Amino acid sequence: MFHRTMKSALLSATIVAGMAGAASAATYMRGNDGNPETLDQHKTSTVAEANILRDLYEGLVVYTPSAEVAPGVAEEWEVSDDGLTYTFKLREDAMWSNGDPVTAQDFVYSLQRIMKPETGAKYANILYPIENAEAVNKGEAEPESMGVTAVDDKTLEIKLGQPTPFFIELLTHQTGLPVHPASVEEHGADFVQPGKMVSNGAFVLDANILNDKIVLKKNENFHGADDVALDMVNYLPFEDRATCVRAWEAGEVHSCSDLPAEDIARLKDEHGDAVRVAPYLGTYYYALNHEDEFLADPEVRQALSMAIDRVFLAEEIFQGTMVPAESFVPPGIGNYSGGSPEIEYFGMSMLDREDKAAEILEAKGVSPDSPVTIELMYNTSENHKNAATAIADMWSNLGVNVEFNVRDASAHYAHLRDRGDFDVARAGWIGDYSDPQNFLFMVESDNDGFNYARYDNAEYDQLMDEAAAETDLEKRSEILKKAEALFMRDLPFIPLLYYSSRSLVSPNLSGWEDNIQNVHASRYLSLSE
Amino acid sequence: MLSYALRRLLSAIPTLFIIVTAAFFMMRIAPGGPFDQERTLEATVMANLNATFGLDKPLWQQYAIYLGNLFQGDMGPSFIYRDKRVHEILAEGLPISMQLGATALVLALVLGCLLGSMAALRQNTRTDFGVIAVATFGITVPNFVVAPVLSLVFAVMLSWLPAQGWGNWNQMLLPVIALALPQVAVVTRLIRGSMIEALRSDHVRTARAYGLPARMVVVKHALRAAILPAISYLGPAAAALLTGSIVVEQVFNLPGIGRYFVQGALNRDYTLVMGTVVIVAIFVVVFNLIVDLLYAVLDPRVRYD
Repeated sequence: MFHRTMKSALLSATIVAGMAGAASAATYMRGNDGNPETLDQHKTSTVAEANILRDLYEGLVVYTPSAEVAPGVAEEWEVSDDGLTYTFKLREDAMWSNGDPVTAQDFVYSLQRIMKPETGAKYANILYPIENAEAVNKGEAEPESMGVTAVDDKTLEIKLGQPTPFFIELLTHQTGLPVHPASVEEHGADFVQPGKMVSNGAFVLDANILNDKIVLKKNENFHGADDVALDMVNYLPFEDRATCVRAWEAGEVHSCSDLPAEDIARLKDEHGDAVRVAPYLGTYYYALNHEDEFLADPEVRQALSMAIDRVFLAEEIFQGTMVPAESFVPPGIGNYSGGSPEIEYFGMSMLDREDKAAEILEAKGVSPDSPVTIELMYNTSENHKNAATAIADMWSNLGVNVEFNVRDASAHYAHLRDRGDFDVARAGWIGDYSDPQNFLFMVESDNDGFNYARYDNAEYDQLMDEAAAETDLEKRSEILKKAEALFMRDLPFIPLLYYSSRSLVSPNLSGWEDNIQNVHASRYLSLSE
Repeated sequence: MLSYALRRLLSAIPTLFIIVTAAFFMMRIAPGGPFDQERTLEATVMANLNATFGLDKPLWQQYAIYLGNLFQGDMGPSFIYRDKRVHEILAEGLPISMQLGATALVLALVLGCLLGSMAALRQNTRTDFGVIAVATFGITVPNFVVAPVLSLVFAVMLSWLPAQGWGNWNQMLLPVIALALPQVAVVTRLIRGSMIEALRSDHVRTARAYGLPARMVVVKHALRAAILPAISYLGPAAAALLTGSIVVEQVFNLPGIGRYFVQGALNRDYTLVMGTVVIVAIFVVVFNLIVDLLYAVLDPRVRYD
């Protein structure tokens, strides 16, 4: 009863309130995931930072509203036949907010800065494909030895260590954004503070109040300023997603960057198209320890994967905000023509899959009458807990009993990183760039940081090396497909779900296109009364 | 009294030192570090970060450096919020938390005294039962229920007040109410109890016998005695309001320091956690001192020489 009155009241309140809370028509009140840890593009690591930095700066290339790669500061570029040399021609009218021209030297300075060990850049490794970059980051070579040169003020040349067909994709990441060298030299780490920051994007930094708001103002010196509709963008950090939803319903923000899963059904019911749930470039998975006696058997791993009802997880546990995963590389990714290989058992009914899994395990002497016990490790979260409980239940029918081991995120990942003992561990991966390599590289045998499963398959490594050397994208995607087929056969990780992005977008905000990267630069957005 | 206060403050220094030391080493026992996240960092990157923040040095050396900096008023760089130092972060948030906490504390005291005295004066009547019911409600219903409901009703449904944010007076109303409610309840119960006792005491009976007006008897004689337990409660209440604002800050999206208690620990932001520990420790020491001094003012039996 209370609920019903509340619902209608909510609806009318939203309509009446309209955008009363917003300061003016062209001030976009933008809900963000949380407070950025830094506004230094070289120390950045979070999505919340990426959103803001994308508005403040423009890199060599940018994302369009639909997340296609498009020219940014670079108006065109050429790649040498061996795929090793990229020559970028910079736009003549690219300017910093203080009126300085954006030059090739600025990019050289920036790329050297991110690799200097003392910068302490969390994402430095994303740019390791650049010649000598890794050596510089290790402190073994001088920054000047990197393969980055300014041929003249408006021509930038980047040399790679080996062909990297997704190199242009890499440059869309916020680590590829330039800093204004003179400001960094003058202010040091403080160049990110309001009043000191000089940026070259559609907006400039006006105020930054920790955990309260970050205010951006339109940059009149931006070369595309005429096409920027918004005068101001206020980024509001929301640690608690439900708070953003209430603020949106009260008309105080125009968009929320994430929604609580348990509220999705109601929101869809009441606000229809304002609720945006779109495929996202990420996979939620369980890593299996290949050094564990029981899990070392590939058939056992197959049986465990087979018996998991992913539709139930997606629909019931995650309320339709995740998509059942039938591969490790999420669908819709770039440079992967034809997509992931198909796996036979995903075509079977859930009942048949359970029977088959039970059959496999019974042949190994495991059944509900003679069960084995494995440990499932996950990091604290209501959703992870619910998913783990459901999966434990599905496995118990096979005679696999599960004990839980729960830690907070930091302890959980430290345990995995330090190669601590575990049987099954939850993890998730959000791609940094749209290329299957960004997923499949995780289980290369020499990838100490990510190969939690300790998967060691020479054939797989060989395929990944071949793919790295192949410049023909069609042939390359065939090779990567073979690698993923091996992945799905050997299952270092059991893919469970693909992530979705979920946003709440006011009908007054136009230009917001759902896309797989979930990037929505404010320069393309506009507000109507 | 001044020398007493000074003595107390001086004796707090070793206490603070022990707290800082214990917190520093306990924090490091927790598994995981500030750079262990969902995304494992490349070994080189991790080594660079550890070197940047001095985490590659032996623990005793890190402790010595931290103490040295602390004496100069520098709480070190935050491991997570990399554009700021810890004392800058706390300096931004503390005034907001204090404003919020102090307002809630005053509200709790005033409302608590009023309701508590009302209940005591009309003991075992409907008013009394009503006040007790409200107080029990305030104590039992947690913040994380009250705060979202307040915001839902007054911001979303009625659109009277903003749902979140900081800066305007009207953005303070709902958070203060949510924060004060449990404290109002506690103070009400304390006052009610001690007021009933005070009303039966000899000096109040004597005052009545003298034929003093009822209002004067209650306010000047009964309440002055009855308020003492509520004053002793102020120390813990102030600390609780600072730390207890975690939920309220999150629900109303306020830039106070409450969030750092939990977030800092979960993120293993060592320096930020240390900073909050130091702040709370100072708060508890200072508030206990204030309470003791207030006692001297209110209770003629207490004297510090």
